[in-house]
Amino acid sequence: MKILVCISQVPDTTTKIAFSDNNTQFNTAGVTLIINPYDEWYALVRALELKEAGIANTVNLVTVGKADAEPVIRKALALGGDEAIRIDTDSNDPFVVAAQIAEYAKSEGYDLVLCGKESIDYNNGVMGAMLAELLDMNYIGFASALDIAGGVATVKREIEGGEETDTCALPLVVSCQKGMSEARIPNMRGIMAARTKPLKVVAPAAISPLTTIASYDLPPAKTGVKMIDENNMDELVALLHSEAKVI
Amino acid sequence: MEAQAKTALTGGAFLIQPSDAANTFTPEDFSEEQKLIEQTCNEFLDKEVIPHLLEIDKQQEGLMPSLLDKAGELGLLGAAFPQKYGGLGEDFVTATIINEALGGGHSFAVAMAAHNGIGSLPILYFGTEAQKQKYIPKLATAQMKGAYALTEPNSGSDALGARTTATLTPDGTHYLINGQKIWITNAGFADVFTVFAKVDGDKFTAFIVDRNTEGLSFGEEEHKMGIKGSSTRQLFFENCKVPVDNVLGEIGRGHIIAFNILNIGRLKLCAAALGGAKRAMNTSIAYATTREQFKTPIAQFGAIQHKLAEMAIKTFATDAALYRTAKWIADKEHELAAAGKPDSETLLGAAEEYAIECAMLKVIGSETLDYIVDEGVQIHGGNGFSDEYNISRAYRDSRINRIFEGTNEINRLLTLDMYLKRAMKGRINLMTPAMAIQKELMGIPEFGEDDAPFAAELKAIANFKKAALMCAGAAVQKLMMKIEQEQEVLMYLADMVMDTFMAESALLRAMKMQASNHEHASLAVDATRVLIADTADKVNHAGKNAVNAFADGDELRMMLLGLKRFTKTNSFNTKQARRSIAAKMVEKQRYFF
Ligand SMILES: Cc1cc2nc3c(=O)[nH]c(=O)nc-3n(C[C@H](O)[C@H](O)[C@H](O)COP(=O)(O)OP(=O)(O)OC[C@H]3O[C@@H](n4cnc5c(N)ncnc54)[C@H](O)[C@@H]3O)c2cc1C
Repeated sequence: MKILVCISQVPDTTTKIAFSDNNTQFNTAGVTLIINPYDEWYALVRALELKEAGIANTVNLVTVGKADAEPVIRKALALGGDEAIRIDTDSNDPFVVAAQIAEYAKSEGYDLVLCGKESIDYNNGVMGAMLAELLDMNYIGFASALDIAGGVATVKREIEGGEETDTCALPLVVSCQKGMSEARIPNMRGIMAARTKPLKVVAPAAISPLTTIASYDLPPAKTGVKMIDENNMDELVALLHSEAKVI
Repeated sequence: MEAQAKTALTGGAFLIQPSDAANTFTPEDFSEEQKLIEQTCNEFLDKEVIPHLLEIDKQQEGLMPSLLDKAGELGLLGAAFPQKYGGLGEDFVTATIINEALGGGHSFAVAMAAHNGIGSLPILYFGTEAQKQKYIPKLATAQMKGAYALTEPNSGSDALGARTTATLTPDGTHYLINGQKIWITNAGFADVFTVFAKVDGDKFTAFIVDRNTEGLSFGEEEHKMGIKGSSTRQLFFENCKVPVDNVLGEIGRGHIIAFNILNIGRLKLCAAALGGAKRAMNTSIAYATTREQFKTPIAQFGAIQHKLAEMAIKTFATDAALYRTAKWIADKEHELAAAGKPDSETLLGAAEEYAIECAMLKVIGSETLDYIVDEGVQIHGGNGFSDEYNISRAYRDSRINRIFEGTNEINRLLTLDMYLKRAMKGRINLMTPAMAIQKELMGIPEFGEDDAPFAAELKAIANFKKAALMCAGAAVQKLMMKIEQEQEVLMYLADMVMDTFMAESALLRAMKMQASNHEHASLAVDATRVLIADTADKVNHAGKNAVNAFADGDELRMMLLGLKRFTKTNSFNTKQARRSIAAKMVEKQRYFF
């Protein structure tokens, strides 16, 4: 069985967010980029577990990104992927990302494609579903467990107030979240092995975005806490209505 | 003017030769892979060590050995051991990066360093093939844990004064070891010890002693001021029966093992201290930005900004000096390997070449860390004094670094001692530059202003070297053999050399950052200028104290004038520079260099 894991690079969670060009661009100067945690901790690690269990024989990685994404891909290779493909373009439009990956993957015969439930920068959470559609594969989103036996996937999903278990035939795209697996730390042997693992760069296909970001705004700065006398219920109600706008 | 050194300087030669920034290795030169390794170490600490510091400090049964096992599984312990013995064959710079990154692990860092350094290296470098095959692969994965037993109740700094004896049994198959060792790190769980004892009364010799050897017993855990999670016990040897096959190296050559292993240990202590310093600094930055007094985050007060900036400046320079040296050693190691030296001699030979730098780094690293944890506690105010805050643990854990691996006094003395011995043996020519300085002092000072970039800073560094050489040269001439009794003078001279080494390393790093348009180049230049301004005063102070101790009359006057001339620097607003550095630390919420 052949697995493809989609890896995206995102700003480190402690990044101080700033915008440039009249609030139309995210300013990446000095920003540390990491593997999207959902891709790394859940999609990639589960794929590696399936390989270690003898269920899969190949785990490849794909990323849509420019050369600055390579350190992140090397880390993913260090964790244990077999080879990586970098599609040499950058986009924050989920359709472009899905279509670029589909363009590459359609002729590669993957049985299973794993991605994170969302990337922690733009949080669209739709790339996996779009990719499934474009590859004409089945899709299960927001999975917290995945097993494969006899060509059939058993997938757990968390739903409101409980859990759902699905079975589904391959080929399949699954977007992964917490519960799927435990984060791993790349070990020295993996890091050294990653040196010589293939990292193929492929030219992007001509694909137009469906959305463009018109502008960004930071959330309003947090203001201090307002203390209200415990006997002054009227003021509290008034403020909740007029300032906090929650009632 | 001397030619710019294009290749690595020989050991100690930085003092008499200028260095080329472009050829100086700096932390900015780490490869992607080295950064990934650093990241692995940090993830390991954040996941496995930092959340359990309390249990570690309480020496929870089995916890420390299990952490060493986990580090071993990740390949962090044997990274620099040869592949032939289960290691990964990484180079010395990478090994240093690992030591630095794991250095922020408090007691774990000490256990790791003792296991990986003094606990393993004697066997790796001095063991027979059979000894290496037996122990090194297991030490590389921490399947076996190592320790090193040199110190005794009556012989600490004077390591060769050991009283423990080893006597050959009449049948010639075993040595019987008798005596006592004290302060042995990892003693609570180590499987194998390198033990030093005297054969036939005076032949200082190393032995490999397995934990379960008959006649070896252990004291209780010591109650320590810091690194409470690190196991420290006494070892008692009562006719402890060690097979002759366990003699390590040659009989009577134990001192070669003890001293050579220490060179590497000293550099690695600097690395570990640096890792601890960076974490303690980040903790302090976070606290300073969240703690408010007078309705203001305390990070906005100049007094606090001064402390934050000073932490960053010292760390920037220590980092620069450490990796500058680590790369020299790595290059020398390759050079020796290319010349056909056996594995066991390449790293030791390289570390011996830079033994002066290793001794200086030990002092620099431990004192930088001590400054940072001390001011870190200060920034935390009363909370800094509370066990609930990690900075108080950092403060307690830091203190040992000035004591072990040779106290800082011993390393200061050694720095000078090695210079003098090498000069006498003709390994380094201090005489010619020292004479040139005397001649320069007779002449008229040059007032010409050179406006090339960094000309003033380079000149300041060259002058600090002149100051140190002038004072050292005069001290040697005047005191001759008596110089050993004038330790105060030696201490001052060592400080002059060390402060200059630090400032020069920082300058070369800043110049290199400037040349590559590094994001933080201008702050690096600010940091360097502050350091140079302070170093000028320190060199002047130390120099004055030194020369006043042995010179008088015209000679004294001449040298005091020389010191004034060599420590004159341009005016510089250090307050403003420190504020800029502190502002960036607050913005980034971490040490940013
Ligand atoms: C927590 C801990 C862990 C340790 N781990 C190990 C270990 O794993 N293995 C091991 O073998 N040892 C270990 N040691 C021992 C350590 O290396 C020694 O404590 C250290 O070398 C100092 O020796 P000492 O304690 O006998 O002090 P002393 O030598 O008595 O020194 C006392 C003071 O006198 C100064 N002094 C001594 N001689 C001179 C001199 N000639 N000139 C000027 N000043 C001098 C020293 O600098 C110091 O300030 C450890 C110690 C501690 C506290």
